[in-house]
Amino acid sequence: MTDINRRAFIRAAGGVAALGATLGFPSLALGSARRVVVVGGGVGGSTVAKYLRKLDPTLAVTLIETKPSYTTCFMSNEVLGGERTLESITFGYDGLRRHGVDVVMDTAVGIDPVKKTVQTASGKGFDYDACVVSPGIDFKWGAIAGYNAEIAANSVPHAWNAGPQTLLLRRQIEAMPEGGRVIIVAPPDPFKCPPGPYERASQIALYCKHHKPRAKIIILDAKDAFSKQGLFIEGWTKLYGYGTDNSMIQWVGGSGGGKVESLDAAKLSIQAEIEEFKGDVVNIIPPQKAGAIAFAADLAEGDWCPVNKRTFESKRHKDIYVLGDASSAAKMPKSAYAANSQAKVAAAAIVSRFHGLEPGDPTFVNTCYSVVGEDFGISVAAVYSHDAATNSIEPIPNSGGISPAKASPEIRKREVSYAHSWFKNVINDMLE
Amino acid sequence: MGVDDMKSNEIMNKVIRNLILAALALGPAAVLAAPSGQALSFTCAGCHGTDGSSVGPSMPAIAGMDPGVFIDAMKAYREDQRNPTIMNRMAKAYTDEQFKEMAWFFAGQRLRSMPQKHDAALAARGADLHKKHCEKCHEKGGRPGDAGTLAGQWMPYLEYTLGDFLDGKREWPRKMKRKVDAAVAEEGKNALPALIHYYGSQHQ
Repeated sequence: MTDINRRAFIRAAGGVAALGATLGFPSLALGSARRVVVVGGGVGGSTVAKYLRKLDPTLAVTLIETKPSYTTCFMSNEVLGGERTLESITFGYDGLRRHGVDVVMDTAVGIDPVKKTVQTASGKGFDYDACVVSPGIDFKWGAIAGYNAEIAANSVPHAWNAGPQTLLLRRQIEAMPEGGRVIIVAPPDPFKCPPGPYERASQIALYCKHHKPRAKIIILDAKDAFSKQGLFIEGWTKLYGYGTDNSMIQWVGGSGGGKVESLDAAKLSIQAEIEEFKGDVVNIIPPQKAGAIAFAADLAEGDWCPVNKRTFESKRHKDIYVLGDASSAAKMPKSAYAANSQAKVAAAAIVSRFHGLEPGDPTFVNTCYSVVGEDFGISVAAVYSHDAATNSIEPIPNSGGISPAKASPEIRKREVSYAHSWFKNVINDMLE
Repeated sequence: MGVDDMKSNEIMNKVIRNLILAALALGPAAVLAAPSGQALSFTCAGCHGTDGSSVGPSMPAIAGMDPGVFIDAMKAYREDQRNPTIMNRMAKAYTDEQFKEMAWFFAGQRLRSMPQKHDAALAARGADLHKKHCEKCHEKGGRPGDAGTLAGQWMPYLEYTLGDFLDGKREWPRKMKRKVDAAVAEEGKNALPALIHYYGSQHQ
């Protein structure tokens, strides 16, 4: 097959379906390999690195990540519930190395979009033909008076990036007195993992149900509604007495005085809009913005990074792509599945461009499971397409949605096992 | 020919095969259809593993799946059949044409199944039962074919599926109920666990 025929064939089959078939392209045969530098080894960064190599094995892909292993925030609520260990959600990068990705332990501190170089904390520069930035979230310290990064690390954890703070929060819950009170402060939209704070309350309740049955968990929320609310309340009612005087979980929404103004860390006391709440354990999930490199590299507008929804290329700088939580993907939630799905769209777009092809039409999926308690799993799912006229990502009408209300115990139980299998497969798809 | 050449030839052959499959599935009229079959299929990996080789015991492997079986399954889910939890919500997003494109993508993938813990004696009984009652439709010990993949399939998934058939939550394919009844008549309540352990023992 000649290159021209091959190229026509690629088009006929619909975009990058070709990949390996592009091995013979003259541009690649003559020049050195195209370089892609990926910043951030979370879901978006790992997935894009793997799929770039999968789609075009001639690419030189470098992934720059500060930490030698990745601890997933998803499923970390089960560490709080005592259902799994932190080790069980921690993964190294050897799988990516086996895919031919050069994994570098360093911290990206800046990107020069003109010279096309990523600068790192160790003083190195990594030249790129395309750069992918997937830094996840950072916190807006100062939004709650009296709360800062140091207090979070030592006494009032956010635990919204899994790791030492997850273990700190777990130890605090174990150490609190029988009949103790846990306060969870849920952030305003948009934030990473919309159902997460409510799953967290559920998992802490699961632990307390067995070990501290008189404990209370109070969620103070800036919002008046939350993800999968009806399903969470169905689960809390069934498992934790929600709605009765003995309810283990109490949710205080924004109009009920749930908005938090300040923390007195020494007293573990929170001043909310109407009342003061004192806890034995306090977990504040602060308002969020894109990770630091997004601001250092001038990729953000406001808190997040605007992108072309067809390719996830930055709207601010050419040849830089922003994935996952840090990007402004509007109708897609900031979730692991969303980042995984966006990464494949970006990988295909980058490979298409390297081969002089227009990127194909993107398609996206999101699926989020929450484990509310023993044998009680729930999910939300969506399939999205790209609307070229508005350059927006839109859920496909009459599809997706949440688990049905009042489903049978068998279905709820199956969704727990699906949650755990989903976890294995998404890890497989990003790192193995 | 060097190892690299052999490898690139192998890649090329696989790519060409996939392209031919994709082109067959698309047909000339469908070239304008929006996302490619590959792009559509990549979105499934978060739950079904990369290219459909699931590593999660409750999620079926769909790599190497017969295209007809794939399309039938997606259509059934779209109609809320088969006691679904989430696949009905996903399937409603796609057209028949897109089902076809995904079907051909997964048909072109090699199934990489994982070893599963199983009871060897039970699996041996299962092998016998399979040969007598199931092999006629699920050929070659239930390897991917036009009656669905059983060999190497995840055992918890097979338990769910067989449970749904027995509980009347999923419609039996032609003749299958009679065959399952015959296996149970022969072996008693161990018949289905034996078959599941047999299929679970057949990783490749």
